[in-house]
Amino acid sequence: MDSFLFPLVGGLLIGASSTLMLWGLGRVTGISGIYSSIFSLGRESLWKYSFIFGLIAGGFFMHQFYPDDFFDYQIYGSTPRVIVAGLLVGFGTRLGNGCTSGHGVCGIPRLAKRSIFATITFIIVGMLTVGIEGALK
Amino acid sequence: MKSIIISFVSGVIFAAGLSISGMTNPEKVKGFLDVFGNWDISLAFVMIGAIGLNFFSFKKVTKKKPLFSSSHFLPTKNEIDKRLILGASIFGIGWGLLGICPGPGIVNLVTMDSNALLFVVSMTIGMFVFKVLEKVRVL
Repeated sequence: MDSFLFPLVGGLLIGASSTLMLWGLGRVTGISGIYSSIFSLGRESLWKYSFIFGLIAGGFFMHQFYPDDFFDYQIYGSTPRVIVAGLLVGFGTRLGNGCTSGHGVCGIPRLAKRSIFATITFIIVGMLTVGIEGALK
Repeated sequence: MKSIIISFVSGVIFAAGLSISGMTNPEKVKGFLDVFGNWDISLAFVMIGAIGLNFFSFKKVTKKKPLFSSSHFLPTKNEIDKRLILGASIFGIGWGLLGICPGPGIVNLVTMDSNALLFVVSMTIGMFVFKVLEKVRVL
């Protein structure tokens, strides 16, 4: 039961967060887009810094108070794997204009064709990647 | 100022949602993607919760002007092009290799794990490479 309840509650919080952003600022909560543009310094990006800062502050809070409940894991992977994964995620999300948050959480509810297509694509390709790796083991 | 506070609060709630849901745990994510092996479907409920709520709430909040902005900034592009297909596929490979997407990657920085930091640095470089290639019109 817990294995479904926590994802559902977390998902509702993610929905509430992106609803708040759209309601207050009229913006889509696309994390790859927000993060990538904080490097182009400018006053209009203040809300972006603030969001990323909030993301880290929220993570810090959760990690401080519930380390065993929600951070009981490690990121396994050789150095080359972590680097390649990071490069592909960074490059791919910019080329495809979004990630799980922008396309999945914010695009699908608006029934945006591009977002529905992108989300199905990265989930299927992700499944194939894990599947192929499993088969090669 | 108000919009800065709203986006900060939104970030905090988003991070809480990511960690409570299990999205920050790469083993959980890989389990969700392992449809050909030992499939763990539980993370599907993250999407059900988030998309389900937003399906109704987005309709409601876009009926009026945003509280602290003069208009909505919503993507208007509608055609599925090569860049979208290729970009989503490349992202999918990276996501499958490690089980981390951008939001959870940033949140995982708080664990001080060296792989968490390495991932975000590499992701940032990947984004930068894209920016450069776009500027010189390779893409």
